[in-house]
Amino acid sequence: MSAASSAHAHELSFWRKYIFSTDHKVIGKQYLLTGLFMALIGGAFALIFRWNLANPGTLTDKQYLMFVTYHGSIMFFWVAMPILLGGFGNLLIPLMIGARDMAFPVLNMLSYWTFFLSVVLLVASLLVPGGGFSGGWTLYPPLSAIPDLYMGAEPGTILLLLALALEFASMLMGGINYVATVFTMRVKGLTFFRLPYFVWMQILAAFLFMLSVTPLIAAVFLLLMDILLGTHFFRVTAEQAGSPVLFQHLFWFFGHPEVYVILFPALGILAEIFTSQARRPLFGYRTLVWAGIIAGILSFLVWAHHQFVAGINPYSAIGFSILTVIISVPFSLMLIYFGITLAGGSIRFSAPMIWALGAYAMFIIGGLTGLPLGALTSDIYFHDTYYVVAHFHYTVFTIVILSSIAGIYYWFPKFFGRKLPERFGKWHAILTLIFYNGFAFPAFFLGMAGHPRRYADILAYNYLEEFQWVHQLMTISTILLFAVQIVFAFVFIRSIFAGEQVTDPNPWRATTLEWLAPSPPPHLNWGDTQPVVEHGPYEYAVNGELAKQGIDFLPQGKLYRLQKLPEEVAHHLGGKGEQSESEVEKATS
Amino acid sequence: MQQEGSGVMVSSTSAAGASSYPPIAGTLPEEQYEWRGAPVARLAFWLFLAGEIIILLTLIGASIFFRLTYPGWNEASSYTNVVISTINTLVLLTGSLTAVLAHHYAFASRWALARLYLVLTMLCGFTFLGIKVFEYSREIMHGFLPNTNAFWMFYYGITGIHGLHVLAGSLIILGVLFYIRKKPSKYAVENAALYWHFVDVVWLYIFPMFYLT
Repeated sequence: MSAASSAHAHELSFWRKYIFSTDHKVIGKQYLLTGLFMALIGGAFALIFRWNLANPGTLTDKQYLMFVTYHGSIMFFWVAMPILLGGFGNLLIPLMIGARDMAFPVLNMLSYWTFFLSVVLLVASLLVPGGGFSGGWTLYPPLSAIPDLYMGAEPGTILLLLALALEFASMLMGGINYVATVFTMRVKGLTFFRLPYFVWMQILAAFLFMLSVTPLIAAVFLLLMDILLGTHFFRVTAEQAGSPVLFQHLFWFFGHPEVYVILFPALGILAEIFTSQARRPLFGYRTLVWAGIIAGILSFLVWAHHQFVAGINPYSAIGFSILTVIISVPFSLMLIYFGITLAGGSIRFSAPMIWALGAYAMFIIGGLTGLPLGALTSDIYFHDTYYVVAHFHYTVFTIVILSSIAGIYYWFPKFFGRKLPERFGKWHAILTLIFYNGFAFPAFFLGMAGHPRRYADILAYNYLEEFQWVHQLMTISTILLFAVQIVFAFVFIRSIFAGEQVTDPNPWRATTLEWLAPSPPPHLNWGDTQPVVEHGPYEYAVNGELAKQGIDFLPQGKLYRLQKLPEEVAHHLGGKGEQSESEVEKATS
Repeated sequence: MQQEGSGVMVSSTSAAGASSYPPIAGTLPEEQYEWRGAPVARLAFWLFLAGEIIILLTLIGASIFFRLTYPGWNEASSYTNVVISTINTLVLLTGSLTAVLAHHYAFASRWALARLYLVLTMLCGFTFLGIKVFEYSREIMHGFLPNTNAFWMFYYGITGIHGLHVLAGSLIILGVLFYIRKKPSKYAVENAALYWHFVDVVWLYIFPMFYLT
C-alpha cells in the first residue's frame, strides 16, 4: 500500500487509515482478507470431516456433524458474502462508476465491524460448553429449536443464530449502500445501460439480498423465542403443534435467492475478465442485464424445490418444479452469451483467464446437474444423497473459490500496486481444477448409487462399505486441494509486500473506469480529476469497426481536470489542486 | 505481462506502455460534476424500510397461517385488554400527528418548533412503552405466558418486536435531535418521521388482529 496517497495536508493516523477507515478500498480489503482467512478455516473443517469419512471412527458423530454444519455456514455466510459482496463490491463499485467513495462511508465502516463482531460470535459459538450447533447449516427445527434433543448445544446454537443475525445486518448495510451509491453517484455520461456488467450484478444481488433475508431474520427471531421462551412456532409438542415446515419455507425463501446473491457478482467478474482477455465486447449486454433481472424475480418463486420431500403439498411441488425448470432459461442464456463473447475473440490465456474459463466450465456442469434436482420425480430419488453434495459444490465452489480467485488475480495489480506471479497463477488454476474435480466428481456417482449424505460412520452400514475407496480418493483430493490453497495464501501475502510492482495503471488494456485510476488508487480515488463517460463498458475491437481503424479498445471514459475542487477533496489535498497530479504519479510509481 | 500474449492487438491508444496516468482530456465545469445527485439518504431509508416491512409481513403472515389451524385463537384473544390497547393506539396516533408537524416545521426551517414536536413524538414513544410494560405485567400475572398457546406466543412475539421498533423509533428521534443541533437537516427529520409512521402503521394492523377480534 502506498503511503504517498495522502502525503500533504491531511495525514490520517494509523488507526483511522487502516483499521477504522471509511475508505471503500480499505474496507474492501478488510472484507477480502477476512473472507480469505475464513475460507482457510472452512476448508480446514472440510479436511477434518473428510478425514473421518476416509477413516471412520476418528470423530464422534456429534463432532462430525458439527464440522459439516460449520463448514457450510462459514463458506456461505463468512466466505462467499464477504469476498464477493463486501470485498469486490466495495473495492470496485465506486471506481467503476467514477465515484470517490461510497454514498455512506461511515455506514460502510460500521458494516465491516458488524461483520467482524459476527465472526467473533461465530468462533465463540464453537468454544462454549457443549460445542457448536450440529444440525446442519440450514438450521432446521426441531434440531435447532430443541437443542437438548440434539446433543445439548444450546449456548452454541444461540450464539450461532446471533452471529448470523449480525452478519445479515452487516450485509444489509452494505447492500443499501451499494444501491444508493450506484443510483446517485455515477459520473456524467454513465447511464444505467453503460454500467459495467459487474456493477449491474452487484446491485441486483443487493436487491435480492435485501428482499429475501428479512423473512429469515423474522424466522431467526421466532427460533430464538422457541429456544429461550419455550414457544412452539417451529416445535411440535404433545399439546401444541408448531410447524417445522414453516421454518423451511422461510429459510429457503431466503436460501434460494441467496445462491444468486453470490452467483451474480461471480458472473459479473467472469464478464469483466472474458471481455478484456478475449478483446471482445460482451455479447448481448442489454439482454444479459434483463436476464439477470428476470432470474432475480424468478428466484423468489422457486424456494420449495429444496423441500420436495419435506411434507409440502405435492401439487404445489409440481408448480415449484415447473418454475425451477423455467429459471434455468435465463441462466442458460447468460452462459451461452458468455460463450458467444469468447467465440471469435483473441483469447489471452493469462492466469485470471484460465481461472475464469475453469469457473465457466465447472459452472456449466453445476448448472446442468441441477436440472435433475429441480425436476420433482428425479429429486425424490436424489434428495439428501451425495448427488446433492456434488451439485452444490460444482455451483458454489465455482462461485466462491474459482470466480473469486479469478477476480483476485485480475484486480490484484489495481488494488495492491503489485502483481501476483503469472506462472504460479496458471499452475494454481490447473492444480485446483484437477483436485477439485477429484473430490467433487465422484460424489455424483456416490449419489446415483444411493449414498446418503451426512452419515458420519459409513462402515456401520453394509451397503455403503463398497464405497469406502471412493471416499478415500475424495479425501486425498481434498487434502491436495487444500495444500495448493495454503501455498497460494503464502504467495498472496508475499505479493502484497514484495510482489513485482506495476507501473501501468491499465495492465490488461481494459476499458472500464477503474483502470483510469492509478494503482493503487489514492484516497478519494481521482485527485483533482474526474472521469467523464463517453462509451459503453466493453468497446473492444476484435473484428469490428474499431479494428479497421487500428484501435484496440476505447476506454469507457476520459479524465477531466475539475474546475473547482469539491470541499472534501480540497480538504484532503490541502487545498492545492495542482499538486495532486504529481501525487497521483507518485502513488503509481 | 500480457501484451506479448497473442500479439494480435496493436493499438494506438495503448502504445504508451509505462505511462503512469492517462492524459487529461480537458477541464470539467463545476455544473457537470454530477456525482452526489438526489437526496441519497431518502433513497437509502426507503430501502431500509422495505426490508423492515417484509420482516413484519412475515411475522403477521405466519400468525395468520397459525390462526387458520388453531381453533382456540378467538377465545384466547378475548382476554386481551381493549381499553389499554385503545389508549395506546391513541398515544401512537398522537405521536404521528406531532411527527408530521415536526416534518412540516423542519421543511419550513422553523427549527425551534420542529424540535419541540420531535420531543413530543419521542415522549409519545416512551409513554407507549410504559403502558405496554404495564399491560404485559398484567397479562403475565394472569398466567398468560409466551408458551401458553399459539395465540399468546404470537401476541408476545409480534407486539414484542413492535415494541422494540417503537423503542428504536424513539431513539432515532433522540439521535436526530442531537444531530440537528449541529447541522439542521430536514431530511434527517423526514426519515425519523417516516420511521415513526412505519411503526404506527404496523400497530394499526396489530391492534385489530390481537385485540379487536
